[in-house]
Amino acid sequence: MKPSLQLLDYSILQQCMHCGMCLPACPTYDATKKERHSPRGRISLMRAVADDELKISPAFADEMSYCLGCLACQTACPAGVDYSNLLETARAEVQSAGLNQTFTSRFWRAVTIRGLFMRPRLLRFAGRLLWLYQRLGLQTAFRMIGLTKLLPKDLRRLEPQCPTIATKFSPQLIRPVESPAKKQHRVALLTGCVQDLVFADINRDTADVLLANGCEVHTPPVQPCCGSLHAHNGEADAAKTLAKRMIDLFPPSQFDAIITNAGGCGNHLRHYGSLLAEDPVYAPLAKLWDAKLRDIHEWMMEHGCRAPQAGLGDLTVTYHDSCHLTHGQKVTQQPRDLLKLIPGLRLVELPEANWCCGSAGIYNITQPEQSEQLLVRKIGHVLGTGATVLATANPGCHLQIARGLRQAGSAVTLLQPVTLLARAYRKEKMTESMTA
Amino acid sequence: MPSPDPAVLARLRAIVGEAHVLTSPEDTIPYGFDGTAALKGPAGVVVLPGSTAEVSAVVRLACELNVPIVTRGSGTGLSGGSVPSEGCLVLCLTRLDKVISVDAANLTVRAQCGAITAAIDAAANKHGLFYPPDPGSMKISTIGGNVAENSGGLRGLKYGVTRDYVMGLEVVLPDGRIAHFGNACVKDVAGYSMKDLFIGSEGTLGIITEVLLKVVPRPAARRTMLASYDRMEDAAQTVSDIIAAKIIPCTLEFLDRMTIGCVEDYAKIGLPRDCAALLLMETDGHPSAVADEAEQMLALARARGARDVRVARDEAEALRLASARRSAFSALARVRPTTILEDVTVPRDKLAEMVSFVAEVAKKHRLLVGTFGHMGDGNLHPTFLTDERNTDEMARVHEALEEIVTKTLALGGTITGEHGVGLAKKAWLRRQVGEHSHDLMREIKRAWDPRNLLNPGKIFD
Repeated sequence: MKPSLQLLDYSILQQCMHCGMCLPACPTYDATKKERHSPRGRISLMRAVADDELKISPAFADEMSYCLGCLACQTACPAGVDYSNLLETARAEVQSAGLNQTFTSRFWRAVTIRGLFMRPRLLRFAGRLLWLYQRLGLQTAFRMIGLTKLLPKDLRRLEPQCPTIATKFSPQLIRPVESPAKKQHRVALLTGCVQDLVFADINRDTADVLLANGCEVHTPPVQPCCGSLHAHNGEADAAKTLAKRMIDLFPPSQFDAIITNAGGCGNHLRHYGSLLAEDPVYAPLAKLWDAKLRDIHEWMMEHGCRAPQAGLGDLTVTYHDSCHLTHGQKVTQQPRDLLKLIPGLRLVELPEANWCCGSAGIYNITQPEQSEQLLVRKIGHVLGTGATVLATANPGCHLQIARGLRQAGSAVTLLQPVTLLARAYRKEKMTESMTA
Repeated sequence: MPSPDPAVLARLRAIVGEAHVLTSPEDTIPYGFDGTAALKGPAGVVVLPGSTAEVSAVVRLACELNVPIVTRGSGTGLSGGSVPSEGCLVLCLTRLDKVISVDAANLTVRAQCGAITAAIDAAANKHGLFYPPDPGSMKISTIGGNVAENSGGLRGLKYGVTRDYVMGLEVVLPDGRIAHFGNACVKDVAGYSMKDLFIGSEGTLGIITEVLLKVVPRPAARRTMLASYDRMEDAAQTVSDIIAAKIIPCTLEFLDRMTIGCVEDYAKIGLPRDCAALLLMETDGHPSAVADEAEQMLALARARGARDVRVARDEAEALRLASARRSAFSALARVRPTTILEDVTVPRDKLAEMVSFVAEVAKKHRLLVGTFGHMGDGNLHPTFLTDERNTDEMARVHEALEEIVTKTLALGGTITGEHGVGLAKKAWLRRQVGEHSHDLMREIKRAWDPRNLLNPGKIFD
């Protein structure tokens, strides 16, 4: 069955009573003050499609693409509208209508979403090539002699944004099974795609934090993509395939928790139940999967995360909420509480902490202008806090804000809460061994 | 405007600029409704002017072409006042969003019509001043819309409604002339009070483009309290007791069980789901007066059998409670697909009677209802949770509404306390105000706007 607004349960659309409470929470409405760029405006367009009053048009496709999918509207909505479901259905319908696609956008979709992000080994191989390109100085050389100018326009724009690939990926840093001194829980660790290629060390930090809190950590070296990229971009079938592969690799009954440390992936990962609701074999497994899925901060605070005995010196830290962690997964207080466990760390609130930074999946690639405006706004607030460290818990936000800080010539360091906590535990260990 | 004439569009674009004339269905469909359930209309062309002069020029053009105009701000109205009518031009004023100035010497704020209500209070706050009217949608609604609908809010009992704060208006008349009414003088009896005619006129007499508002010193202290009851009557009686004790609190809001459950599902702030009524009370003013009044209010609530009474710990909790209350209407939409909100108001001492009548009517017609509202000023919001696609159930909703209106009028009440007549309540207006008053309203409209170009079909046909 093709995803379609007309086949969707109509009461999901009706749930929106267009009161407008979402308007001040929406970054695109804030930018343009036009109703079609607001959540209730977009829902009215979706409803018009469902009512057969509007055809899927290029303008409709544009609008669905202009939405960040940050889900701030879901936090603001008293009526509990399932906007995420509506947006994914609308985007899938745009996708199957074949609208709004140039040859190049189709090509890149084929290479990335349908190619690399379906094949984890191939993705790592591509990552390794990119690493070589960056490591051997080719990037610098190519840029100097202007060779990058030969790249197609889209790639040329993106080339400077390309993140630095990590020297070691997750399997080189984390053994398939690692056990703590005293085992209390058995958990699976999801290493992610971008997280694995760019921030494998953060996966290591996550494992360390889990180990320091009595969790036996299972980290299979080859893991599929969770499918969030696919679902958010209208590729529902691929998303289902990936969800099944994931469940096969991590049978949920075998773990106390399945841990994710990337806000964007996590929000998708905990909805496998609805994604696979119509699959006779996987539906019950997916339901169990959802019940076991935990964001790392959520899991740690749920089980009384141990405060480290050593700190990292006097540190002023501010925290940026990843949209899908706070609006999607409703994990808002836990990362802050986790940071506050670190001795000597002072947490200052970031103004508009839960306002999107413009990364939003591949939004910074598809809507560069709007993305840049949001980034500039975010950086302004970060600099205003006077903090020396900005903590955030999503690879997309991490890359985007780090780039913004570089552009602004700022010395603020970007770290993830688990990294700070893992460093404190390491410091603690060092102090212990020194006193011993 | 049906299939807009390219020549007309060109003239509109020349006035407001290319980007501010919307014609494609993807652009205009989202302007086909406001915050009222189950009402929509075709917004053929949407024009977003950037100045009073542009508003005037658009009105002149519409006048020349005999095209009706439906004015809107943020579209949060709850009586269908800004729902487009057939063949109209939608004039959206959200670009005129500046708070122009705060005059601390004369205690006034001057703002463009599209300024957000909460932004006006925020600007006043910087000078230690206070703009009290706080409709549920204050973070989104525009001040022009508030004046046009004479909006209320949670502070009606002590501070009154929007009308009590309007000192002056700039209005574009139906023929495009720009008129000014009122001024910064507290006392002004020069001729008819024309500004008062425009307050609550729902866009039928003129287009408000700028407002001069009264502000008051910001209260130095505030205390918020919450009392829960096993019987709605006890909550209502507590309110009567408080007023009998010569206390005028700024807020006395109530929620019934259904509403409490929905609000708690959304806000998750620990409201007790198992009580029959929740009373949110707030007193503000001089710190010692506030402390004294709060003490008395708590005692009165306990004496009336409140099963739990507590004081908000700090400003943050007080804010959470007030914003949870503001979300009540939208939160009720969680239960069923369609949410029909009423706004009947009765003299304060009849409120308990009205609340139990609503519950009986809902039971009789087998309908789900959530009721909440302003217990201090008799303004209640019975909200039917239904499904517009179920014709049988909708017929029962209409019967129930009819009975509620009849009872309200019998108790000396009004069909709308703060939402306006718009489309939703016009069938009952004549019954409430009587034929002479109704005829006079229509005569004024006819004299002022003889071609019926401004928001036709609203308030009356």
